[in-house]
Amino acid sequence: MNWLDILAQGILLGGLYTLFAAGLSLVFGIMRLVNLAHGDFIVAGAFAILVLVESFALNLFLAAIIAAPAMFALGWVLQRVVFNRVLGKDILPPLLVTFGLSVAIQNGMLEIFSADSRRISGGGVESASIDFGIVTLGWLPLLTFISAVAAIYALNIIFYRTALGRAFRATSDDSVTVGLMGINPHGIFAIATGLAMVVVTIAALFLGMRANFDPSIGPERLLYAFEAVIIGGLGSIWGTLAGGILIGVAQTFGAALNPEWQILAGHLVFLVVLMIRPSGLFPRAGDRGGR
Amino acid sequence: MLQTQKLFASYGQFKALFGIDFSVAPGETVAIIGANGAGKSTLLRSVTGVIRNAPDMVVHKGDPIGALSSHQIMRRGIAMVPEGRRLFPSLTVEENLQIGGQASTGIGSWGLESVYDLFPVLKEKRKSPSTSLSGGQQQMVAVGRALMSNPSLLLCDEISLGLAPVVINDIYAAIPKIKQSGAAIVVVEQDITRALAVADRVYCLMEGRVTLTGRPSDMSRDAIHAAYFGNET
Repeated sequence: MNWLDILAQGILLGGLYTLFAAGLSLVFGIMRLVNLAHGDFIVAGAFAILVLVESFALNLFLAAIIAAPAMFALGWVLQRVVFNRVLGKDILPPLLVTFGLSVAIQNGMLEIFSADSRRISGGGVESASIDFGIVTLGWLPLLTFISAVAAIYALNIIFYRTALGRAFRATSDDSVTVGLMGINPHGIFAIATGLAMVVVTIAALFLGMRANFDPSIGPERLLYAFEAVIIGGLGSIWGTLAGGILIGVAQTFGAALNPEWQILAGHLVFLVVLMIRPSGLFPRAGDRGGR
Repeated sequence: MLQTQKLFASYGQFKALFGIDFSVAPGETVAIIGANGAGKSTLLRSVTGVIRNAPDMVVHKGDPIGALSSHQIMRRGIAMVPEGRRLFPSLTVEENLQIGGQASTGIGSWGLESVYDLFPVLKEKRKSPSTSLSGGQQQMVAVGRALMSNPSLLLCDEISLGLAPVVINDIYAAIPKIKQSGAAIVVVEQDITRALAVADRVYCLMEGRVTLTGRPSDMSRDAIHAAYFGNET
């Protein structure tokens, strides 16, 4: 077994999981909203791109670029109209609402698209690879990983170098006091959810190209996304990348030992991290040790 | 410029204010004194929209603002230094200052450089996380943050709380300079001497009601004592 090859594949797979997780990390980090429909939004995004590609014969990257602002608007409206009403001290209402949303979205997609497995055709890029000598990397996984790192880097720039990012961090610290600064926390939440949806669109593109997807696969993607966020540590954007890579590597090594162990290996690593470092690998200072 | 009329406020079932009439004129400095639980902070929270009231209970430049949310009220030029400072732990000192001014439409002399002139120690610590500062320095950040929006009305909620007297002097030394820039100031204080020294007019609250109001020079110690603590036989 070529362990270097397995490690490389695992890291690249981690890129896909990071894309799944980044939007969730943003929303969870800022408003502690657990969006149980997150995985279903990714699948819905994949269907949206598929429709654009098939109906208008668009290049799939162009389709994603067109879908992104629409997804931003969807997230923005959803936050303002639905989620902002249920956010509060009680954690249950947002869970119930997003759970209901998850069921509704899955069944909506089932109605419209049927349960058939689909794939977004990348026109050959799915099987192309680059030989680096010591290891050969697939073009698609490499592109996915680079996109994941770029997305994380961009989110980090937004968070730490812009006025909007300042508002994100302050709102996540204290949404009452941020109102005293003249910033409407509900507006900030809406922008955050919109931004998360843009990342979801990128994740949807690569999910659709890499694997077969159908309306039911959302919840399992949510699970991987969640694990990556928790492993990485609440409030850490680069941590989400670390979490995604860790799960990707764990799954790939597990699969190399025995194909039946792939999924289990990822979950086992998650459990181990949770036992050793419950607040994650890179928690924000204020969250360490439960303050 | 700002008045409250028969302001009633409560926290759920607990009634905190019973018909407060209060006013601040442009450029004035007004102190609100009273014991713990008298309702001073509740009054400021009602003015700034943290607590919502009936629209007419708080009037600003003729407009009823009692039911507005805090971000809407802040944009009218009313800024608060909240009780307990409430700095943002995820932000550095400089970012805390910057966020104070980023949503504002106010024009005036307050900006990063002038706030650093007012509180020079903050300039050295500008990149530090706000929570790594001492209590007095954090209070300076909180005051500076409120000034960054160039408010026409600055509300200071117990800025001396938990600080050593020497440090409190440094903070209060800033008040005359803030006055000079034209803002009206409302100071909530438990320290009566300091409140009377800095204010043009004083209100004394007890158990949610105004028990005394007037100019510091017109008030006798006994009258203040009675209004603050209530009559004891």
